[in-house]
Amino acid sequence: MPDLFLATEDWQAIALTARLAAVTLLILFVIGVPLAWWLARTHSRLGSLVSALVAVPLVLPPTVLGFYLLVLLGPQGPVGRLTESLGIGLLPFTFPGLVVASTLFSLPFVVQPLQASFAAVSERMLEVAATLRAGPFDTFWHVVLPLSRPGLLSAAVLGFAHTLGEFGVVLMIGGNIPGRTQVLSIAIYNRVEAFEYAHAHLLAGSLLVFSFIALLALQFINRAVSTTPAMLRGGA
Amino acid sequence: MSGVEARFRLERPGFSLDVALELPDKGVSVLFGPSGCGKTTVLRCAAGLTRSEHGLMRIGDDCWQDSETRRWLPTHRRPLGYVFQEASLFPHLSVRGNLAFASRRGGQGDRPDRKLMELLGIDRLLDRMPAALSGGERQRVAIARALSASPQLLLMDEPLAALDAERKREILPYLERLHRRLSIPVLYVTHALDEVAQLADHLVLMDQGRVRMAGPVGEVMASLDSPLAATDQASVVLDARVSGHDSAYGLTRLDVEGIDLWSARVGHEIGRRLRLRVHARDVSLALFRPEGSSITNILPAVIEAIGGDDDATQCLVRLRTGSGAQLLSRVTRRSRDLLALEPGMVIYAQIKAVVPVV
Repeated sequence: MPDLFLATEDWQAIALTARLAAVTLLILFVIGVPLAWWLARTHSRLGSLVSALVAVPLVLPPTVLGFYLLVLLGPQGPVGRLTESLGIGLLPFTFPGLVVASTLFSLPFVVQPLQASFAAVSERMLEVAATLRAGPFDTFWHVVLPLSRPGLLSAAVLGFAHTLGEFGVVLMIGGNIPGRTQVLSIAIYNRVEAFEYAHAHLLAGSLLVFSFIALLALQFINRAVSTTPAMLRGGA
Repeated sequence: MSGVEARFRLERPGFSLDVALELPDKGVSVLFGPSGCGKTTVLRCAAGLTRSEHGLMRIGDDCWQDSETRRWLPTHRRPLGYVFQEASLFPHLSVRGNLAFASRRGGQGDRPDRKLMELLGIDRLLDRMPAALSGGERQRVAIARALSASPQLLLMDEPLAALDAERKREILPYLERLHRRLSIPVLYVTHALDEVAQLADHLVLMDQGRVRMAGPVGEVMASLDSPLAATDQASVVLDARVSGHDSAYGLTRLDVEGIDLWSARVGHEIGRRLRLRVHARDVSLALFRPEGSSITNILPAVIEAIGGDDDATQCLVRLRTGSGAQLLSRVTRRSRDLLALEPGMVIYAQIKAVVPVV
């Protein structure tokens, strides 16, 4: 019987996963917020194209995305050559490579809830802000973001949780290097392969509980936030 | 230069707007017309919310827009206040937060303006959220918010249209009080003549994207050529003062430039100024002072002009009383011919109803 405590390797995987999810989420917000705002407001055809592109990871098998990323970022790929010539080196099988892959993979999970809540902010609110001397950035910061709080929360939880759970993309682009690219979901896979079911249970169970709690918390927060706006929508 | 100059030309599929307005630098100018006539578009152009291809917007010495010099200030750089049809308060901010949003950006700091809040009766609502306000309260907060940014021009787009009759009656007195205190010009859009009668100093009649007539409210309303003259709404607006009450009969005596008129009792104290509306359909004419009539308000007047086509069933007669007040009277063409009405004739006007606009 293997002991029921986590091995160093498991802790490494957990820490790495948490770091990956946090960094990815940060980047997702930096990219996703302006992107979602643009998508929510644009009337151009380019918008539909970008929208479709962002959504691709939702329907694509993660291994396909991972494979193309591997090719693109690899020594023969255009991006790989660029990163090498810039002195960054090659991204596959490194932590930055994982971040790039996770960001692309989780982008729709952040952009879509943001876009939906931005689109729900009425044009009227923006006009009102403008007549009260608020410039576009001021309006976005003090009107749009506060009104989109439920969407921001959903995006954060979904983006974080989705990055935690990814497997295929990480396996393709990051491989399975303990301490460097071996994330939780891969660690679980390794345990199962080695018939170490108790360890697998421990890891899988914690992931399950964490994800569930995160979603539950989201529900509660959103309910608390949205009971007021629901009444407000009546005519405020 | 004083006053407001606004010229906008705009082409949209199925709609064209071409207006040129010169408005006084004080008082309320009302844009009046049927829905779809472009009055809201004029307001949006003035605010910069809609961009007209050709346009000029000047207030005093400040130019906000001039397509000839390619000058264009975006809305947030125009010192204006805008009240929309629906109050459109920020739902995530309290009343205080909504007011502070405006006053901070208008350079007035966070403190809400006490006087303004008392004037609009919202000083007790400061800590409430918009959701906890009634429709009328919300609209009053929206007006206070628009004024908190210390605007140079107040634009109001049918601020009462979304409210029921009772809420309207609740807000109108506040608007009227504001009207008397404000030192900035107000451009007010409505399709309700009651609001015109109560608030307008200057009246602009619009139809199908064009200005049909503009001028001081008394003049425009009493004109025989205005689009209003042809409708059932033809009426005049008179400034009056409460001069007495007859509580036994429930009547109020009103002094209109030296003439006494009686109306159904109003609650105002003696001395209070108010406006009256007299519909042309409520004024009938007689050649001699009627005896034994049930109508109380009978006064001599001179016929100034008679309008209406020669084949119309009805025509509109404009009268001037001895003290200078103007009245309109709607009579049938047959009566016109039977009484041989002509400009210059002295005649007796019997006023069936005098409606104080409150």
